Amino acid sequence: MIETQALGKRYGDLVAVDGISFKVEPGQVLGFLGPNGAGKSTTMKMVAGFLAPTSGSAKVCGFDVESDSLLARRMVGYLPEGAPSYGEMSVRQFLGFIADVRELPAAVRGKRLDDVIGRLNLEGVLEQPIETLSKGFKRRVGLAQAILHDPKVLILDEPTDGLDPNQKHEVRSLINAMARDKTIIVSTHVLEEVHAVCNRAIIIARGRVLADATPAELEARSRYHQAVSMTARDANAAREALARVVDVAAIEVDAQDGRITAFPKPGKQIFAAVNEVLKERNVAVREIALEGGRLDEVFRSITQAAPAKEVRP
Amino acid sequence: MNMITTLFKRELRSYFATPVAYVFIVIFLVLSSAFTFYLGQFYERGQADLLPFFNFLPWLYLFLVPAVAMRLWSEERKSGTIELLLTLPITMWQAVVGKFLAAWAFIGIALALTFPLWLTVNYLGDPDNGVILASYIGALLMAGAFLAIGSCISAATRNQVVAFILTVVACFVLVMAGHPLVLDAFAAWAPQGLVDAIAGLSFLTHFASISKGVIDLRDLLYFLLMIGFWLYASAIVIDLKKAD
Repeated sequence: MIETQALGKRYGDLVAVDGISFKVEPGQVLGFLGPNGAGKSTTMKMVAGFLAPTSGSAKVCGFDVESDSLLARRMVGYLPEGAPSYGEMSVRQFLGFIADVRELPAAVRGKRLDDVIGRLNLEGVLEQPIETLSKGFKRRVGLAQAILHDPKVLILDEPTDGLDPNQKHEVRSLINAMARDKTIIVSTHVLEEVHAVCNRAIIIARGRVLADATPAELEARSRYHQAVSMTARDANAAREALARVVDVAAIEVDAQDGRITAFPKPGKQIFAAVNEVLKERNVAVREIALEGGRLDEVFRSITQAAPAKEVRP
Repeated sequence: MNMITTLFKRELRSYFATPVAYVFIVIFLVLSSAFTFYLGQFYERGQADLLPFFNFLPWLYLFLVPAVAMRLWSEERKSGTIELLLTLPITMWQAVVGKFLAAWAFIGIALALTFPLWLTVNYLGDPDNGVILASYIGALLMAGAFLAIGSCISAATRNQVVAFILTVVACFVLVMAGHPLVLDAFAAWAPQGLVDAIAGLSFLTHFASISKGVIDLRDLLYFLLMIGFWLYASAIVIDLKKAD
C-alpha cells in the first residue's frame, strides 16, 4: 500500500511537486500520466526513498519514507527512469549483487533468481556485461532487479520507454501478471499503456493532481465518448442524414480522410438512432464505429487547461 | 557491516572488470620505480632503504589517487545508478564507506605490488624493515586521506574531469600546507595561530614523521580524522546534490 499526504518537493523557488495526495491499495495498478516535467518522476523518487520531500509525507506499507526509510525501501521494488545498472557487471553478477543487498535468505535466493531470470527471459545473456546489451535487455535487467525480492510495492518509472512493440507487450503482460497481490505505480506518457495495464490513472501537471479516475471514467470525459464515426461513399448525404438525429450535437468531417463524426449531446446515446436514420435514407457507409472516447484528447484538455481549472483530487 | 562487505566486493570487482585497474597499477609501478631509481638515485646513494621511494610517493599519489577517486560518485551520478544504489535498503553511511574502502583496498593492492623494491633492498643490504613497514602504513593512510577528499569532491559533480582537477588542487594544497608556498598566502593577514594550524594540516609533515619509523598516535589520528571528516562531508554532499 502506498499513501501520500500533501507530498511536496521544491527546489529553491521552483515547485516540482505541489501537494500530491493519493492512496493506492494492493491489486491496483496506478498509472501516472502527465507532460514532461509535470512532477511524475519526482513524486516516484520521493516514494521510492531517493529524494526527501520538502513538505507532506509518504508511506509505504505503513512505513514513512523519511523516518522509517530503510523499512520502507525494503518493501519497494523500484525501476528508475532509464533503468540504470552497473554496465561493467554481467547480468548474473548484477542480480546476485542485488540479491545480496536485499538480503535474500539462502533458501529462496536461487529460486528467486531463477524465477526473475525466467520471467524476463534473461537466460541467454546471463554472462554478458550489461553495457553490451540492447536497450530492451537493459530494461528487462532493470525490471528483474526491481522484482527480485518479490516486493509488495512496485514503482516503475517509464518501464516501456524506448522498447519495441513486442517488448512493450511483454513488459505489460509481466505487470499484469504481478498486479493481483501487489501495489504498483507505473509512469508513462504512452496513453495506450493506461488501457493495457492500469486500473486507475492519475493525471499530473505542474506538480498537481488534475484527475484521478479509472481509464474508462477518463475516456467518458472525452468529447468523443459515445460519438459515432463513419466513412460514407456519399459524404453529403450522410451528413444530411445525421443532422436529422435529435440528439446529435455536432458533426465534424475530417479534412484529410473524410471521416464523419457525429457528437452526441451530453449524456445521450446516438448509435441506434444514427443507424436507423442511415438505413431509412439508404445511405451506404463503408464502416461505422462507436467511439469509446479518446484519452489523448482528455489528456490534452486536462493538462493544458488553466491552473485554476483543477479537478477534484 | 555485512552490507558494507557486499558493496565493497561489488566495487572492488568492478575495478578489475575494466582495463582501468590494470592501466593504473602498471603506471603506478612504472612511475614509482622510475622515481625511485632515477630521480631518487637509489643506487648512487649506497644506502639500503626505501627513502627514495617514499619521498616521491606523495607526488605520485597527487595525480594517481584522484584518478581513482574521481569515479567514486561522479560515475554513479552520471549513469544514474546512484538512484538505484540509494533506493536499495542500505544507509548512506554504508554506501559511502563501502565504496571508499574498495577504492582504498585497490590502492593498497597497487602499493603492495611494489614489494619487489622491498626485496631489492633486502637483497642488496640490511635495511631497517620496521621503518619500511611504518612507511608503508603511512603511505596507505595518506592514500586514504587523498581518497576521502576525492570522494567528497566526486560527490559534488557528475563530471569526472572536474572532480579529478579539483581533487588534485585540494590535495596539492594539503600536501603543501607546511610549505611557504601555501603559508605565505595566509601569513600576511591571518593570525599566527591559524597559520600554525594550517601548517599542522600538512600531509608531508605527518607522512614524514611516520616514515621515519615512529608511528605516533597523533599522526595516525591525523590521517584517520582526515578520512572520517571527508567521508562525513561526502555523505552530506551526496544528500544535498542527489536531486540534480
